[in-house]
Amino acid sequence: MLSAREIVSRVKSGELKVTEIVESTFDRVSKTEDRLNCYVTILQEEALKRARLLDESASKGKVHGRLFGVPVAVKDNICTKGVRTTCSSRILANFKPVYNATVIERLEREGAVIIGKTNMDEFAMGVSTETSYFGPTRNPWDLTRVPGGSSGGSAAAVAAGEATVALGSDTGGSIRCPASFCSIVGLKPTYGSVSRYGLIAYANSLEQIGPMARDVYDCALLFSVIAGHDPRDSTSVNLKPKDYTVFLREEVKGVKIGVPKEFFGEGTQKVVEETVWKAVHKLEDLGAEYDTCSLPSLEYALAAYYIIAMSEASSNLARYDGLRYGYSEEFTDTDWFTYIAKVRRNGFGPEVRRRIILGTFTLSSGYYNRYYLKALKVRTLIRMDFEKAFKRFDVLAAPTMPTPPFKLGEKIENPLELYMCDIDTVPANLAGLPSISIPCGFTTSGLPVGLQLIAPPFREDLLFRVAYTFEKNTGYVKEEPEVI
Amino acid sequence: MSDKIISKKEVEHIASLAGIALSEEEKELFTKQFNEILSYFHKIDELDLEEVEPTYHVVELSNVFREDEVTEPLPLELAILNAPKKKDGYIKAPKII
Repeated sequence: MLSAREIVSRVKSGELKVTEIVESTFDRVSKTEDRLNCYVTILQEEALKRARLLDESASKGKVHGRLFGVPVAVKDNICTKGVRTTCSSRILANFKPVYNATVIERLEREGAVIIGKTNMDEFAMGVSTETSYFGPTRNPWDLTRVPGGSSGGSAAAVAAGEATVALGSDTGGSIRCPASFCSIVGLKPTYGSVSRYGLIAYANSLEQIGPMARDVYDCALLFSVIAGHDPRDSTSVNLKPKDYTVFLREEVKGVKIGVPKEFFGEGTQKVVEETVWKAVHKLEDLGAEYDTCSLPSLEYALAAYYIIAMSEASSNLARYDGLRYGYSEEFTDTDWFTYIAKVRRNGFGPEVRRRIILGTFTLSSGYYNRYYLKALKVRTLIRMDFEKAFKRFDVLAAPTMPTPPFKLGEKIENPLELYMCDIDTVPANLAGLPSISIPCGFTTSGLPVGLQLIAPPFREDLLFRVAYTFEKNTGYVKEEPEVI
Repeated sequence: MSDKIISKKEVEHIASLAGIALSEEEKELFTKQFNEILSYFHKIDELDLEEVEPTYHVVELSNVFREDEVTEPLPLELAILNAPKKKDGYIKAPKII
């Protein structure tokens, strides 16, 4: 499988045509999609049309763009003009946005080719891609297991070669979890570094769009394209555009790595613990220094995260009324409130309904102080613990997920058990910190394990450098799933 | 802690505030699940948070302003393009009163 970097260089040299690349991607889609279900919408005609246009301009010597000819998959909660954007929900099954998200404009400006819209947990609420209205996505490494979530379609597509790179979104781990489960690279950027304009909101104070790729270089390349200030998102930070690929060098000498013990709690499987420690020791061999540490407030991160995420969700998802857009029913004999309650009952799946109702509860009068306000205070403690840790260390290392990918259906009946899977990923969202998951090994039965690295705000360069050094000195990214 | 943090009656009430109808079985199931989830949330009660300031947002941005310039608005037909029921440029809705 070619990387984005190789595609761009071969198209530029005239060695390959964009049409050939896009056709070969759809070949793969036709071979594996039946088994994996990565996509909600496949844009074969549109992508081939765009490929021909790009080839035409290339034939005139115009090869401009850092992603020229690169097949990209886009999570289905990112608005694409005229192309249905469903959030994998019945309530948006026919929704066609009338504008593009900022990240889509940026992709197109750089010559990317969008292959399709990827499957996800409904409204990004989940860790397994099983709550999708369009059926679950399967893990390319083991078809009986989940690909992780909520950006499970994006991760599985990249791992199986149904796309070269992908966009996901991460509210509490939704990029890093499936990256870990599918053995690819996924970055949750610093809050405010990528525009959320056109990202269908779940929990705005936590979520970021981010890159997913088969190696660190492609991840850094895609991040360089999507990061940057956008006046249409008032939480977007005024950062100078950067080429993050320049930070990729094999150099971790003297990098101080902290390993917080809270990330190895009781739910952590032994094989994960051992594999992650092996990775830390590998980095030590390569010149980094490490020490263990403690961030005591992390014990409360998961509870605080779910209170905040559900509260924000209850407010954000109040907009779905079955009138202005989305799923609708007949209403000749019903009144306003009955109609809306019925549409929302039939349009949302059970997990989305649970979160909206619980979030309404934690924000309601009499309970706001007991849940929401307290959770925001816990958030302050978590931020302070990270700040303190970053006085001692350059980056923190941890497992991305406490377990390898689990079986489809194994946890879906028990919401709290599923929430527990997010235990190691939510701290970075609460503190707004950049965090990357990279492949760091496999269990004896061949299931992927991911290493999570967390850095201070806007230090994606450091994450990329450490991840790149690890990748170049280990062989995990070269492994390919059998499904291919 | 008492075994019930939220009763079935309260779940019904909150669901109606959230604008979501629930079936009888779902009311039972959600009540059980909500009690489990909320009891986990009560873990944060172990902390003394009296003196701690809340964090609403992690980015230190305040008063983000822009010039008040007139730009091209979304044309009406696009603004209501996705509305399932419409007439003469208006969105049709059920009876309110």
